[in-house]
Amino acid sequence: MNQPAPISIRNLSVFYGDLQVLKDIDLDIPARKITVIIGPSGCGKTTLLKSLNRLLDDSERVRIRGRVVLDGEDIYAPRTEVTRIRKKMGLLSQKPQVLPMSIRDNVAYGPRIHGLRSRRELDKVVGNYLKLAGLWEEVKDRLDDPASTLSVGQQQRLCLARGLAVEPEIILGDEPTSALDPASSQNVERRLMELKRDYTVVVVTHILRQARRIADYLAFLYLGELVEHGPAAEVFSDPKDPRTRAYLTGEIS
Amino acid sequence: MRLLKDRLARRAMGGLAAVPGLLVLLIVVGLFLKSKAILGVGPLSGLLFSTAWAPLKGQFGFFAFIMGTVWVTLTALVLAVPVSILTAVYLSEYAPRWVREAAKPVIDLLAGLPSVVYGVWGVLLVVPFVGDVLAPLFGVTSSGYSILAGGLVLAVMIFPTIIHVTLEVFTSVPRSLRDASLSLGATKWETTRHVVLRKGAQGILAAGALGFSRAFGETMAVLMVVGNVPAVPRSLFDPGYPLPALIANNYGEMMSVPRYDSALMMAALVLMLIVLFFNVLARRILVRVERRFR
Repeated sequence: MNQPAPISIRNLSVFYGDLQVLKDIDLDIPARKITVIIGPSGCGKTTLLKSLNRLLDDSERVRIRGRVVLDGEDIYAPRTEVTRIRKKMGLLSQKPQVLPMSIRDNVAYGPRIHGLRSRRELDKVVGNYLKLAGLWEEVKDRLDDPASTLSVGQQQRLCLARGLAVEPEIILGDEPTSALDPASSQNVERRLMELKRDYTVVVVTHILRQARRIADYLAFLYLGELVEHGPAAEVFSDPKDPRTRAYLTGEIS
Repeated sequence: MRLLKDRLARRAMGGLAAVPGLLVLLIVVGLFLKSKAILGVGPLSGLLFSTAWAPLKGQFGFFAFIMGTVWVTLTALVLAVPVSILTAVYLSEYAPRWVREAAKPVIDLLAGLPSVVYGVWGVLLVVPFVGDVLAPLFGVTSSGYSILAGGLVLAVMIFPTIIHVTLEVFTSVPRSLRDASLSLGATKWETTRHVVLRKGAQGILAAGALGFSRAFGETMAVLMVVGNVPAVPRSLFDPGYPLPALIANNYGEMMSVPRYDSALMMAALVLMLIVLFFNVLARRILVRVERRFR
């Protein structure tokens, strides 16, 4: 298994045009733990997550300042190859985004791009990661059906398998359960809890109860500022900042 | 009183709205009735698949004209479709926003140019280019008035339509789907090829079908550059004689020849039905595409 890496964020600021959506973020994300980023909507959670795998690059009006260090390498350094950075991270988005192809090809897509050609190898990869994502039993007889025929919950687990298939070190989840029904949400949460043994997991959510269930490490963002962060138990039981307290008690949302 | 007005207005507008639909029907029926005279002479296959074109002897074989149309149209599509798709890909995936916003009105303007302008441009530039440059390059002699010239002019005419529709299709592919592919470490080109193009495949097909029906029925510009010789073309450098050109050139001139007008009506009917078919096809595909992206 790969060695999951911690992520260090230093002085990270992000601007959309003239609007500063992230203000001087300093955060260390520990390996082999689930780090949950909470905060009201519009506070910059998703932006922070996307800045970790440089998905903001393609927007024209975005400016980014600061450093994100992964494996001792600044991912925003000019000579860093963006595809290699992204390969290190699997992304789960709010709504599952299955690619317009079969279930099998969705999982095989990543490995294929990165040069795996052998049909037998690919089949093995597909089986392994579908099992790891807890989807194998449900789809093993219909691997060649279009992925869009799966239920939304199954699609999200397919996206998980697809992300895992490129052998990342880090799993990023952008409110990964927000489009799912309770049973599917629980299923995805359980997967993440299992996966943290081998991966660094970062999840953005606005569901406090979810954060309580899965977080080892907690970061609270408010209006683009990192207000408070620390081990989840500490932050939940004894928030230092009045704004964190207000958010946890539901006064601001 | 106001209610009465309301009711009247509704009736009137409903009636007016029905006119275009009825017109299409009327035209088809009218063409059919007019071409009955020629249909009565021989079997339909004899008309469609015979190359004997001698109106004075009463021989009306449409095959050369049908082939002329097909050749010119196919040439135009083969030239236009790849170029248009790549243009649309560039505009939607790679170009900075201001380029895209600047390009759109220009493309739509091209779609609105009168076809006779394209025809003149074809005669002045494309025909000599084909005759003096391309033909010697391939070791053939050609006056330049040829299928290829017609195809080139048509291709340029259908660029805007195809680009417009495919651009629409590509921009309706959600950003987050591209992100999903990018976040796996795919490059932009891989994402475009495997995700955007595949997601938009049906839309591309519809754009092609729209381009096809536009090209198939285009009369003026093609007529001016294609040579108008009623024989089945054997190469791209041969002249051809597409159906629309046949109708436009001859209608009203040789009406003393028996059944000639009926034959031309028949040509128009064939043309109309084919274009209608492809339009309906394209529309159905587009509707399905839109539903899928909503």
